[in-house]
Amino acid sequence: MNKNITPPVIEIGVIGWLRKNLFSTWYNTILTLIGLYFIYLIIPPLLSWIFFDATFSGTNREDCTSSGACWVFIKQNIKLIIYGLYPSDELWRVNIAYFLLTVSIIYLLIPNLKYKGFVGIFLLIIFPIICVFLFSGGLGLENVETRLWGGLFLTLVIAGVGIVLSLPIGIMLALGRRSKLPVVSLLSTIFIEIWRGVPLITVLFMASNMFPLFMPEGVNFDKLIRALIGVMFFSAAYLAEVVRGGLQAMPKGQYEASQAAGLTYWKMMALIILPQSLKIVIPAIIGSFIALFKDTTLVLIIGLFDFLGIIQFVGTNPDWLGFSHEGYVFAATIFWVFCFGMSRYSQRLEKKLDTGN
Amino acid sequence: MTSETMIEMSSVHKWFGELHVLNDINLKVAKGEKIVICGPSGSGKSTLIRCINRLEEHQRGEIVVEGTELTNDNRSVEKIRGEVGMVFQQFNLFPHLSILDNCSLAPIWVRKLPKIEAREKAMKYLKRVQIDDQAHKYPAQLSGGQQQRAAIARALCMEPRIMLFDEPTSALDPEMIKEVLDVMVGLAEGGMTMLVVTHEMGFAKEVADKIIFMDEGQIVESKNPTDFFSNPESERTKTFLSQIL
Ligand SMILES: Nc1ncnc2c1ncn2[C@@H]1O[C@H](COP(=O)(O)OP(=O)(O)O)[C@@H](O)[C@H]1O
Ligand SMILES: [Mg+2]
Repeated sequence: MNKNITPPVIEIGVIGWLRKNLFSTWYNTILTLIGLYFIYLIIPPLLSWIFFDATFSGTNREDCTSSGACWVFIKQNIKLIIYGLYPSDELWRVNIAYFLLTVSIIYLLIPNLKYKGFVGIFLLIIFPIICVFLFSGGLGLENVETRLWGGLFLTLVIAGVGIVLSLPIGIMLALGRRSKLPVVSLLSTIFIEIWRGVPLITVLFMASNMFPLFMPEGVNFDKLIRALIGVMFFSAAYLAEVVRGGLQAMPKGQYEASQAAGLTYWKMMALIILPQSLKIVIPAIIGSFIALFKDTTLVLIIGLFDFLGIIQFVGTNPDWLGFSHEGYVFAATIFWVFCFGMSRYSQRLEKKLDTGN
Repeated sequence: MTSETMIEMSSVHKWFGELHVLNDINLKVAKGEKIVICGPSGSGKSTLIRCINRLEEHQRGEIVVEGTELTNDNRSVEKIRGEVGMVFQQFNLFPHLSILDNCSLAPIWVRKLPKIEAREKAMKYLKRVQIDDQAHKYPAQLSGGQQQRAAIARALCMEPRIMLFDEPTSALDPEMIKEVLDVMVGLAEGGMTMLVVTHEMGFAKEVADKIIFMDEGQIVESKNPTDFFSNPESERTKTFLSQIL
């Protein structure tokens, strides 16, 4: 036996990869060349605009004389973009939250650390409770009205609340829809289908304008809370269908083995069925979260200034007219970083939870 | 026999829609008795033993397991499931849990045993089926025979008084059948009350106190192994035996 034989050079390394993936047939070669030409057309000017010709230092628009982007615009408005109109003296409260969030996420991302379960529980249950007091006040902290919340901070609040609350509600709706009790099943189905049949914009409009009409005189629900409830149920309805797909993929044998072992319905669901079916649909769940994250930008239409909204808003400031490109590129980059991060995390989670079946 | 009755089925009927799957089943199982059930595919064997732990619901007649009648009352169902272990054709191990966790899950969550104790118990039974060295693997990493032995250990961890087997060797490659049957023989020798749906007639001869032949939802023949093989009464039994022996 010849143990030391290596594969031919043609099939390995960079050349092998190029051959196999980019130049395997004549039409693949043509597509590759066309692709390269477009990259050549787009990338160099873009890089010049963003980096090489851009202005990074200065304090006002007069400092931006080059042909590239004027990042001074972002720099000068960064406080608005990150915190909205949150009072300057109280920014530390938001900063604590940013800090806790960042530390917890980094902790979760480092492989092979202990107590990740506790950190996860902290992030999903304790941290949101801390945030409620930190952000809105109470327990000796000054009250900060939600109309002052804005920017990236508001985007993260809406997306965070949506993500943390919509998954459990979505799971309950999915279980409800598959319930053997006809009333539970019917109500869950109606609820899911109504929310799925309505665009989020409509939901937000109704939450903002129509909801107060149904409330008794004098009862005034915070506008942000109304929007949050709308976003939460909207996302929950979509997640319910995603989770239901995972439930349907479970073989009957898993239910039977759980029942034969004497597990009650809820224990069977919590210990056997949901862990497996949620695992199957992780990519779709994260996909829903990403969609939710991007959809938070719609709250602009009910007068809440989220990250994108506030960037648009500062672009209308007479001092900074004409810099909307910089604003949009910046917004797109930040959105992309968050969404790409979630997508990568989903892939890692899938790999980690794989037990070979 | 004076010994205690573990299972008593009287005039049990069940339909799937129009299909009469169980037709007047009467069966009494004494403590420590081993019963082998055979019969053509679709004759209702699985349905019969699945009625005993309420994986299927019977529509007429009465099933009493260890003095508790099976009714729609969840408590009676839970009580009986605690006493009855089941082994499936397709193993049905929980693929997201290690073999050890498969075995200790029900003791922890149903019997409320402390985790350490449940794990010790799991190791004890995994040792008995000789796969204690695989305890930390996942089901997908085991061979079919090992998986089925793990499934038996999982059922034993609840220390059931009755074990139901639904064609436990039918999904196995031939070379693995023996390792599973050996475990079952060992269990039978230990005095377990067993109902086994199988076509392994060697096993039936060796351990069964009674062999039941089912056809079209009815118990056609019910005899000790010697009589069952040497002088079956019904024509249908004879035909069946000629096909599988
Ligand atoms: N859940 C079910 N719904 C409808 N028919 C079923 C169901 N389970 C079994 N049956 C039918 O009942 C009959 C008996 O099935 P089963 O007890 O599995 O037979 P066996 O185990 O002897 O092969 C078969 O005709 C089968 O098709
Ligand atoms: Mg069967």
